[in-house]
Amino acid sequence: MPQFDTSTFLPQLFWLAIIFVILFAVMRRHALPRISDILEARQLRITSDLEKAGGLKEEADQVMADYEKALAETRAQATVLIKQAGEEMAAESTRRLQAIAVDLAAKTKAAEARIATAKDEALAGLKAVAADTAQAATAKLIGIEPRTEQVQQAVTKAMGGHG
Amino acid sequence: MAAEEHSPLAQFEIKPLLSLQVGDLDLSYTNSALFMTITLVLASSFLLLATRRSALIPGRWQSMAEISYEFVANMIRDNVGQEGRKYFPFIFTLFMFVLFGNLLGMIPYSFTYTSHIVVTFAMAAVVFIGVTAIGFKKHGLHFLSFLMPAGVPIFMAPLIIPIEILSYFTRPVSLALRLFANMTAGHTMLKVFAGFVTLLGVFGVVPLMLVAALTGLELIIAFLQAYVFTILTCVYLNDALHLH
Repeated sequence: MPQFDTSTFLPQLFWLAIIFVILFAVMRRHALPRISDILEARQLRITSDLEKAGGLKEEADQVMADYEKALAETRAQATVLIKQAGEEMAAESTRRLQAIAVDLAAKTKAAEARIATAKDEALAGLKAVAADTAQAATAKLIGIEPRTEQVQQAVTKAMGGHG
Repeated sequence: MAAEEHSPLAQFEIKPLLSLQVGDLDLSYTNSALFMTITLVLASSFLLLATRRSALIPGRWQSMAEISYEFVANMIRDNVGQEGRKYFPFIFTLFMFVLFGNLLGMIPYSFTYTSHIVVTFAMAAVVFIGVTAIGFKKHGLHFLSFLMPAGVPIFMAPLIIPIEILSYFTRPVSLALRLFANMTAGHTMLKVFAGFVTLLGVFGVVPLMLVAALTGLELIIAFLQAYVFTILTCVYLNDALHLH
């Protein structure tokens, strides 16, 4: 196997050492710092962006909280107003109902009075007609014409005091 | 010579491209060195060009560069912890060097420098010596307590300590052998099956399909072995820093 030909060892080792050292120097001085700079810059950028985003989120939260507060206040106000309006409306309706009740009572009384008058008048008319009828009937039946006062008394009596 | 060219092992031959003789020492620039150079150029230009624009939102290439960075960084963070950050450039270089070496080897007619035991062993030895030095620097002689795990009864020491010493010194060997053996075996197998394709004529379709499947497998292994080499380095480093 060519790998065990010791005469090739020295030239291989010599160039291995030289080239490895150069590669090491290039990596250490140039390549690796550059990549680490890039990664670091990106990390910084990400961190600062995250911070910025965090700040903005806080701000948004603040705005949201303010909005919620305003909303709650407005809601409370509206509730008060609604309650007030409800109370006012209830009072107004009670007042109106009372007025209507009073009006109705008055009207009922008047109507009752009118009915009573009409009833009295009707009864009075009825009594007169009954008396006349009774007087005429008596005259026809027994030939005696009773006096009007007597007939009226008798009719009143017969009607059971409904005079 | 012709038979040698078609041997499945011919691909591992070291061929000097530029002869360089310093005294008695042969420091020739070989095909192995050429592919190491290609790795150096590709890995550097990949990472440098990909990050040239330093976009906040990465493009495809920058994304790949970032992924490889984070892949190794996460590996160190998970296996070594915060103290491992100091060794990140070395471990990243190691990962890139092995990964590119393995992947470049997948190109037909290319050369896989990680299939040479001397290369993998050199890297494993650097890791082993470095990690041991870090262990002694951090813990002083207390680092030797690593060889005697806590909670083991003292009368077990004569048995445990030699085992731990043996297992400790086996680490660079297994680290080097694993990568070398995987690369060598995989590439030899590919070459053997590829040889059957032309030998079998029409029926060569069968090994051809096999070679296609094996190429996929080898690509996975190329990545996996780079990963294993790197993660074991992290594990050894963690042992040295935190003692078991």
